[in-house]
Amino acid sequence: MTGAEWQLLWFTAWVSAISTILILPFGLATAWLLARHDWPGKSLVETLVSLPLVMPPVATGLILLKVLGERGAVGGFFYRHFNVDIAFTWRGVLIALAVMSFPLLVRSTRVAFEQVNPRLEQIARTLGASNSRVFWTITLPLASHGVIGGMLLAFARALGEFGATIMVAGYITGKTATLSTEIYHSFNNGEDAHAYRLLGLSVALAFLAVWSSEWFMRRRTSAR
Amino acid sequence: MLACFAGTTVWAVELNVFAAASLTDALKEIGGAYEKQSGDKISFNLGASSLLARQIEEGAPADIFFSADEAKMNGLAAKGLISDATRKSLLSNSLVIVTSSDSDLRITSPADLAGAKVRRIALADPKAVPAGIYSKTFLEQEKLWPAVESRVVPVDNVRAALAAVESGNIEVGIVFKTDAAISKKVKIAYEVPSQSGPKISYPLAVLKQSRHAESASAFVKYLGSGDAAKVFDKYGFIVLK
Repeated sequence: MTGAEWQLLWFTAWVSAISTILILPFGLATAWLLARHDWPGKSLVETLVSLPLVMPPVATGLILLKVLGERGAVGGFFYRHFNVDIAFTWRGVLIALAVMSFPLLVRSTRVAFEQVNPRLEQIARTLGASNSRVFWTITLPLASHGVIGGMLLAFARALGEFGATIMVAGYITGKTATLSTEIYHSFNNGEDAHAYRLLGLSVALAFLAVWSSEWFMRRRTSAR
Repeated sequence: MLACFAGTTVWAVELNVFAAASLTDALKEIGGAYEKQSGDKISFNLGASSLLARQIEEGAPADIFFSADEAKMNGLAAKGLISDATRKSLLSNSLVIVTSSDSDLRITSPADLAGAKVRRIALADPKAVPAGIYSKTFLEQEKLWPAVESRVVPVDNVRAALAAVESGNIEVGIVFKTDAAISKKVKIAYEVPSQSGPKISYPLAVLKQSRHAESASAFVKYLGSGDAAKVFDKYGFIVLK
């Protein structure tokens, strides 16, 4: 393992971690709304949230590129007013990872919320707790293992993301290259040993992330 | 059965031609014309010559390889994958610096690439893709590479570099003159004179693994013919004698 490879691993890990933290509040809110509430158009929201999971990642990446590029609605705004680039920078990678792993976080945490006995929440409300207090002191703690499991799953998805990343951020060594895009490019450039080392790393990382995710999701806090 | 043999001597064959991305339009036209006159079917796999060479090394079913630089062909030759007798260098090209048609970025010489106004430069990956390697060689010749290296955004192939500039995502790029010619959305800011630029050469060869070596050789011969030369010339390629 060379210094550059450690740096690549570090970059991939931290941008995946930041993206998971970034989507956490939105993911929890969405999951809670879907788990506990009904409203006309709910199925539309469910479908939209699941889209990045099912669409070809490069297609999602193309949409993001159009929006975040220098001439895009969001990218253009940031460029003109703050002189900040999004596409082809680590920010583009961050947003691509966030969008692609969001559906997984929502699905996992929704299941976790649905497994919390609603009677406990109702009891708390009859005792005078506000909705927000119920969420923070009853629902979330009881769903915590599922939430952590969902976060780990989203993190694992972000680690392996390729299609959207390559569209929005390209492959710029040291700036936007991630584990997966580096494997693709170094193999195509004939740097086999390098590609295989990164392959081994990817397998190890993914194994760890999914294994611990499964462990958390299996353990349910008992609620008697 | 005798009647079959009395007619054409070969059944219609499908040839897989792996060719550099910059040859896309010219080859599609030439391939179409050849299909009509020969009855063979020509299928193209177009992309970065480095990627194609890699795929051939991994056993991709190619009959002919048409590369944008000699290095990729040499690599395959060293591995004994090409039919050396069929190899010939057919075309040359020149490099141009392009900006999008509606850009107000002024590039009048290569040195402007190192200027403050240029934030990013789109190049086909200079580590492996011919167009990028030629561009890097040129920039090194002009002693500009150290200054511009950090601004380079490497993309998959020369057409990807063209697309990046066309879309306005990256404000300037270096592509082949023939690529700029087919695009209405970019304008040529500077043309590298062929005498001072890197020597660009497009070799082609039949691959040893080809199951249709005769038909492949026939198509290679056609690519070297006057009819094909007219098409290459139309798209702006330099046909080598």
